[in-house]
Amino acid sequence: MIPAPFSYRRAASIEEAIALLQQYGGDAKILSGGQSLIPMMKFRLAEPAVIVDINGVPGLDTIEEHNGLLAIGGLVRETTLERSPLIRQQYPIIADTAEVIADPLVRNLATVGGNLAHGDPANDHPATMLALRAEVVARGPSGERVIPIDEFFVDTFTTALAPDEILTEIRVPAPPPHCGGAYMKFERKVGDYAVAAAAAFLALDEAGKIARAGIGLTNVYHKPLRAEAAERALLGQAPSDELFRAAAELAAQAADPTSDLRGPAEYKRAVARTMTLRALQKALSRARAA
Amino acid sequence: MERVPIQLTVNGQSYQVEVEPRMLLVHFIRDVLNLTGTHIGCDTTSCGACTVLWNGRPVKSCTVFAVQADGGELLTVEGLERDGQLHPVQEGFWEEHGLQCGFCTPGMMMTAVALLQENPDPSEEEIRKAISGNLCRCTGYVNIVKAIQYAAHTMRETVPAAAGIAEGE
Ligand SMILES: Cc1cc2nc3c(=O)[nH]c(=O)nc-3n(C[C@H](O)[C@H](O)[C@H](O)COP(=O)(O)OP(=O)(O)OC[C@H]3O[C@@H](n4cnc5c(N)ncnc54)[C@H](O)[C@@H]3O)c2cc1C
Ligand code: FES
Ligand code: FES
Repeated sequence: MIPAPFSYRRAASIEEAIALLQQYGGDAKILSGGQSLIPMMKFRLAEPAVIVDINGVPGLDTIEEHNGLLAIGGLVRETTLERSPLIRQQYPIIADTAEVIADPLVRNLATVGGNLAHGDPANDHPATMLALRAEVVARGPSGERVIPIDEFFVDTFTTALAPDEILTEIRVPAPPPHCGGAYMKFERKVGDYAVAAAAAFLALDEAGKIARAGIGLTNVYHKPLRAEAAERALLGQAPSDELFRAAAELAAQAADPTSDLRGPAEYKRAVARTMTLRALQKALSRARAA
Repeated sequence: MERVPIQLTVNGQSYQVEVEPRMLLVHFIRDVLNLTGTHIGCDTTSCGACTVLWNGRPVKSCTVFAVQADGGELLTVEGLERDGQLHPVQEGFWEEHGLQCGFCTPGMMMTAVALLQENPDPSEEEIRKAISGNLCRCTGYVNIVKAIQYAAHTMRETVPAAAGIAEGE
């Protein structure tokens, strides 16, 4: 399969990339890992006239903690993320997520920024970032803006990014005391998108009650879904199996999956329920161990 | 049609060519360089038959544009053998019967070479994880795992020589 012809521009700086995006308007597409864009171009589902390759832009591939925030550069590869000691120790929910994305070969190129910017509800990072209340940093012609994750996902393949904006960083609040998170994905085989998956993040207060709760769901809605009713049901409560089952049921009710080769809608809803329950249980055990 | 000059090193040899931006790296390797050891299995980023090392990392060359590799370094299956001597990974596939039809083998071996460069003594689980993006329709993977274990063992026994070959220049 051969993509339609296009012009190739390699940006050496973020300013140059933005200028190129401005120059070509909606005809241009950013190329990061290319692991979603190139398959779409081969199928001719995308036919951008211009490709702006940002892989040579310096400074977008760092993972750092500062000012109470974890900052993940937009160009950080999944492989880098899953192997990072900081991520594995302090943010295991993110390591959980990175290591179930696609396969090791795809993960050598695929980027976190691309995973979010693609706006695919089947992608795994969005649910985790929703559960973590992350923020997305975007740079455009008029400077930088910070987009709360709740406002970032607009629809299938549509995000809050303007055509001339670049996702430069994802910011995650540093972990509060007694917190834990986990990502649970049910996939038919390695490399497949989720039948359904759930991200759960919990923080406990001194009395052991739930002070913060985040639940995100993958591939069961027209966009990445935050299960708000389920989160509310957990707040202020003492964790228990019964409570988690009730929350998982609320999360499953919020899901609205479509029937396809991965299974009928009702089955996917049931998988979403089970994944939410397991993610909550694992998040709790990590919170108690923290 | 726009053509872009690129310069890259493939199996230690330097090339300067002009390519159309839309040319996939796998087509460049097979059709321009005539290195047909790199296979096209699915053409949809699923099977890993097209795996090559790009700056040392195994990637699916059907999902990279040749222009992206400008200034970079590639290693394909043809670059494994040196002076008539098989790379320990190739030897392992031979000795342990790590192939049947052989279609997946070049990609499988490139992934194995990259694994052993990073992790000279992988567990069976680590091997299985590393090759989870390379599909084989014939072997059931058992002998592929054995082949990689054989190579790991050989490379550890003959560290200096094997390490030099594995560097791939
Ligand atoms: C076989 C296969 C299996 C996969 N399985 C999974 C899976 O299980 N889970 C999962 O989450 N993903 C999966 N993926 C998708 C993969 O993770 C993609 O890499 C990811 O969706 C996009 O990241 P990328 O860096 O490759 O982006 P690209 O493909 O380069 O870009 C994707 C889109 O985002 C835009 N974009 C990229 N970077 C930026 C930026 N910094 N700012 C603004 N816009 C940007 C591009 O213009 C393009 O429209 C799979 C892919 C393949 C090929
Ligand atoms: S041909 Fe590239 S992954 Fe199958
Ligand atoms: S040996 Fe036939 S596909 Fe692997």
